[in-house]
Amino acid sequence: MPIHIYAGHSVVLDEDGYFTEPERWTEEMAPYLAAAEGITELTADHWQVIKVMRAEYHAKGSGPAVRALAKISGVPVKELYRLFPKGPAKVAAKIAGIPKPHSCI
Amino acid sequence: MSTAPATLEKVSVIVSKGSLDGIYPPLILANGARAEGIEADLFFTFFGLDAITRRRQEQIRLATVGNPGLHLPTALGGLPGMSAAMTRYMEWKMEQFDFPSIPEFVEMIADTGAGIYACKASTDLFGLGKDDLIDCVADIITVGEFYARAVGSQIIYT
Repeated sequence: MPIHIYAGHSVVLDEDGYFTEPERWTEEMAPYLAAAEGITELTADHWQVIKVMRAEYHAKGSGPAVRALAKISGVPVKELYRLFPKGPAKVAAKIAGIPKPHSCI
Repeated sequence: MSTAPATLEKVSVIVSKGSLDGIYPPLILANGARAEGIEADLFFTFFGLDAITRRRQEQIRLATVGNPGLHLPTALGGLPGMSAAMTRYMEWKMEQFDFPSIPEFVEMIADTGAGIYACKASTDLFGLGKDDLIDCVADIITVGEFYARAVGSQIIYT
């Protein structure tokens, strides 16, 4: 599995680009992870979503899919797609250093 | 050596059935595509139009006759109230797994940036105009316009 270096720390990502060891993630890595997803600036709104992804992962062992993410974070679906155009749950999970959420809805 | 593209670019999903079990799968396909960052259009035709018609949207039923997957004898499936009861049961089950209702789901899919379109031949046939359809419908389009929008996409007929 590929090893990447973000903010001076090496991390192992799976073949789809998700962290295999979420505990190695630090906030300093997020802007670099975001840039790799085409997001040049992380705003407070992005951070709100990223923090929810991590909190849910720690509480439930998996990040939420889009609908649940909207409910939990209070950020409407439309806004989530504006923040993360390539798929909110998927991209936010990558930036938050957690595995890909597994849900169909 | 050529390599296959990593992901689909776009899907164009046709919804032609008006039953509960006919409508959820294409909605899940379109919503799931958007969640993966894949572009998606939904094209509602024939009885599928019920899913985006104001006065029908809340009354989508599960088919209890001619639906062998339900494992219900046809003679029972046709009893008065059976479809309504089975629909309520299915909706209750779906709620437990946090499935959105059809009206909520269609609106959410529109919010993901997917295009919601109605088929012109079908709206003509059923005497429906833009005002009869829910607000998130982008347009009523012909089959030709559907194909023009579907260039480069995978077309999924349901």
